[in-house]
Amino acid sequence: MTRQKSRSSVIDLDLIMKGRKTTGIEEEDICIKVENLNLFYGDKQALHGIDMHVPRKKVTAYIGPSGCGKSTLLRCINRMNDLIDSVRIEGRILLDEENVYESAVNVAALRRRVGMVFQKPNPFPKSIYENVAYGLRIQGINDRKTLDETVENALRGAALWDEVKDRLNDSALGISGGQQQRLVIARAIAIAPEVLLLDEPASALDPISTLKIEELINELKEKYTIVIVTHNMQQAARVSDYTAFMYMGELIEFGNTSHLFTNPSKKQTEDYITGRYG
Amino acid sequence: MIKQWFNSGTPWVWLNAAAVSTSLILVVGLLALIAVRGAGHFWPSNVAEFVYQEDGGQVQTIIGEIVDTSKTGAAMARAAGYNIESDSEVLVQYLIKTGNRDLTGMDFRWLSARNIRQQQYPLEMIVLERREWGNFYGFPVAVKENGAVIATGPQATLLMQERLQNALTIFEKIGHLEKKEIGSINYELEQLRLQQKRLELKGRWNEQAEKQIAGEKAAYQRQYQQNQQQLAELYRSIRRDSLVVRAANGQELDIPFAKIVRIYQPNAMSLPAKTVHYLEKGIEFLTEEPREANTEGGVFPAIFGTVMMVLVMSVIVTPFGVIAAVYMREYAKQGFMTRLIRISVNNLAGVPSIVYGVFGLGFFVYILGGNIDRLFYPEAAPAPVYGTPGLLWASITLALLTLPVVIVSTEEGLSRIPKSIREGSLALGATKAETLWRTVLPMASPAMMTGLILAVARAAGEVAPLMLVGVVKLAPTLPMDGNFPFLHLDRKFMHLGFHIYDVGFQSPNVEAARPLVYATSLLLVFVIVGLNLVAVTLRNHLREKYRALED
Repeated sequence: MTRQKSRSSVIDLDLIMKGRKTTGIEEEDICIKVENLNLFYGDKQALHGIDMHVPRKKVTAYIGPSGCGKSTLLRCINRMNDLIDSVRIEGRILLDEENVYESAVNVAALRRRVGMVFQKPNPFPKSIYENVAYGLRIQGINDRKTLDETVENALRGAALWDEVKDRLNDSALGISGGQQQRLVIARAIAIAPEVLLLDEPASALDPISTLKIEELINELKEKYTIVIVTHNMQQAARVSDYTAFMYMGELIEFGNTSHLFTNPSKKQTEDYITGRYG
Repeated sequence: MIKQWFNSGTPWVWLNAAAVSTSLILVVGLLALIAVRGAGHFWPSNVAEFVYQEDGGQVQTIIGEIVDTSKTGAAMARAAGYNIESDSEVLVQYLIKTGNRDLTGMDFRWLSARNIRQQQYPLEMIVLERREWGNFYGFPVAVKENGAVIATGPQATLLMQERLQNALTIFEKIGHLEKKEIGSINYELEQLRLQQKRLELKGRWNEQAEKQIAGEKAAYQRQYQQNQQQLAELYRSIRRDSLVVRAANGQELDIPFAKIVRIYQPNAMSLPAKTVHYLEKGIEFLTEEPREANTEGGVFPAIFGTVMMVLVMSVIVTPFGVIAAVYMREYAKQGFMTRLIRISVNNLAGVPSIVYGVFGLGFFVYILGGNIDRLFYPEAAPAPVYGTPGLLWASITLALLTLPVVIVSTEEGLSRIPKSIREGSLALGATKAETLWRTVLPMASPAMMTGLILAVARAAGEVAPLMLVGVVKLAPTLPMDGNFPFLHLDRKFMHLGFHIYDVGFQSPNVEAARPLVYATSLLLVFVIVGLNLVAVTLRNHLREKYRALED
């Protein structure tokens, strides 16, 4: 607690001195660097010159009103926006000092390092076991023992093992929405990524399932760098260490969560978190 | 008031209900008509003996079964030349199947009811189903062995069934020898001849090869001689017995048992006996080969040909359709070209099927088949192997005909896979191809099956193009048999749809064949329903398995 506090003061100083929207995290703690990122849907610009550093093994939350570009920014990190034909991207995103938009980058390999969980649970119409094993099978791992082990670990990691251990071969579509979302998280961590991108992972769930997901996020941050997009400011305040506020495709403010929520340095941020718009 | 009723939507509900019921009634009525007309064909109806006197003519005896009745009003009957007195009288006429085509030259005749002096159903009346000349109606007189009478009267009636069984057993043996044994020897000899020619063409025809082939040939020849001897033996023994029968006009006839398929006494049969007879005839219809220009016997080769062709077509059309749809939906850049291609594909479905037949004959058979023959079967020239209509070309032509259906429904299915599933797979590090192969295609498989079901339904009922690319009236061999390579795609085949047309409109004896047309139609409907049921079951199974998320 004290450590966090002391760091937040450093951040403040940094922000003021450089006027940049980045935190003052030491270099070795930075997992993802976004540098001057512009994104266009056809002629329409959706992201304007984003600069930010995502710290390693922390939870970073993106908040902001609908359509502000937070999901778009998230999807840039594992290049999911490549799927849309009309998208054009300028700038760099460095994952461990490597630009993910370099033409030599293997997108499939990148996505293995940067896992993603979507807004709605999207299990495949296969068994629970096969869902978790999917990523491994794609890598050509078919050894029964390895699979069994990984599936169990992943399901334990997603706090789902006890609930489904007796029906691993049942269809994944037969479990509840909250369980499905944790299954999807298990599926993502089964391939041991470095980063987990969560795109409003609890927005389609009931309060109890939401709580479970939030607890899970807290546990997962010991192993993974987590970036979460959320509509829900309380959720951002609860689960994240750092928060970025975005508005109209621009990164307005980025900083330590407790600091951003208690003492925002920008008027827009204050207006948003006090509920004046958005 | 009326307006309110109109606005309530009730009239639309009624209108929709009426439309649905009309369609249902039409379909059920169609099936019922075919079923009643077709299924009655095998029932052994009683055979009557009429004492008949035409107006001012002489008295004669006529034997036959009543097939149809017609009633004509007095005025019309008079116009047709009948001498009718009172206006209230109705001219009743019976259509009698008299059989005995070899004696009278016709199978059917009309009798006026008022000219029938007497009508009775003698118990000893027999019906002979023969291999030639159609049915015989008459009375048994005697059984002969080697030309000498061995039984007469009631003894003959008892003995004839036994002798018939004997003859039928021998006949089956002969059939086996001729078709299977000698057939495969002929096949092998032909292969040897082709092998020799092949070697000659390649310039590798030397003494050693000659010796080897001559040796094999001699072995087959020896086998052939043996079979020939056996055959001669069998033919001698099958000709031993004959049945003497008396026709309606008192003429006696000596019919060898070898020429008889079945003897029964319809008037003496009880209801269970008739039922057994009916079932036997039904089974014969399904499992036997046709006789007498397809108007008698079974339709097994046609069933086999139809199913075979549909299967081969499915095997060809599914991969092509699916691959085309996957490319158009998943890989091709959506734009003017893909729109154009889609429109063309949809329009292909509207091209008349006979056009496909002409295309199949011109392109597949003559160009493709001709070239295959030139390249791979030079030894068979001038006889064509693939350069002639056959099962393969018929299947490919129909595959082309049904391709649009499969493409359209597969595309439909692919477009219905939720984006979230694809993204989920891609986010796990799968490439596009892996995502397609592992998730998208399995989930789209019910849609592919739907396409296949529609394709099968269309293909199984198609006749016009087949007449150009492979269907024949009578195929000597099935497209599948015990000779290597077992499946002979180059052979011509029979088809139920064409069989209906042929029996109903091309046979010398249309009257006799009419019930058979209904029976075959019913069977064709059942075959298509059966094929579809298999596909639908498979699709429902897949649907259950890949039930997508509800969104």
